[in-house]
Amino acid sequence: MNRPEREAAVRRIMERSVPSVPPGLYAEAVRRGGRMLRRRRAARRLLWLLLATVTVAFVVWALLVQPWVEPPSETTPPLTDW
Amino acid sequence: MRQRQVAQGARRAREFEAFVAGAAGRLLHAATLLTAEEPHDNPRARRLLTLALAHTYASWDRLRGEDPYDRTRQYLAARFARGAWHQYGGLVRARRQPAGALARLTPQERLILVLRLYEGVAEEQAAALLGLPLERVRTLCDRATATLLHPPRGPAPAVAGPRVAPS
Repeated sequence: MNRPEREAAVRRIMERSVPSVPPGLYAEAVRRGGRMLRRRRAARRLLWLLLATVTVAFVVWALLVQPWVEPPSETTPPLTDW
Repeated sequence: MRQRQVAQGARRAREFEAFVAGAAGRLLHAATLLTAEEPHDNPRARRLLTLALAHTYASWDRLRGEDPYDRTRQYLAARFARGAWHQYGGLVRARRQPAGALARLTPQERLILVLRLYEGVAEEQAAALLGLPLERVRTLCDRATATLLHPPRGPAPAVAGPRVAPS
């Protein structure tokens, strides 16, 4: 037997018995898929919420502390009574 | 926003139902061949197919013109390849003797045979999908064909676990 004949014979063996599709397959797939979608959406929402919270916290901290303002010098005492 | 989501959900459900009605039979046959179960008693194949279809449903809106059948088949093959070792070669679980048409073959041989000959996937694509070199896929396919057509003597489902490849 050459290659195409062998492949055809294997195909015939594989196509001999056809299983029947169970009736609940579609509903089960939709149920599981819908759950996956809802979970993904919830996770995405949670991450966005986290990002927003972190941003707000950083802005509030920056406005309160103002880390870009140079702190007053502590090594030289201020010259007061000259 | 809410209304758009509802409309999108309804469209997805409609399209997905049409897809399942058209493709479920062929995919279930392929899954049953993979798990080497009897056609009328195939809990593993059903579970595999349900998971693959659920995955396709969840990514339906992001397919962007890709063939959902292709996507489902890819997921099915990948999931089977990942699960085969645990199902068949696991030390703890008692293995169930497969009884289907491809029961003599190892899971990997079944996977390649189903992809190449039943589904008609090109050799290059099958190799890329499984992460194997092209020659290896060709060799495995030839060996599986030979085993199936000229079965060795002895008890029928003699080979069930993944065999170590001779190098």
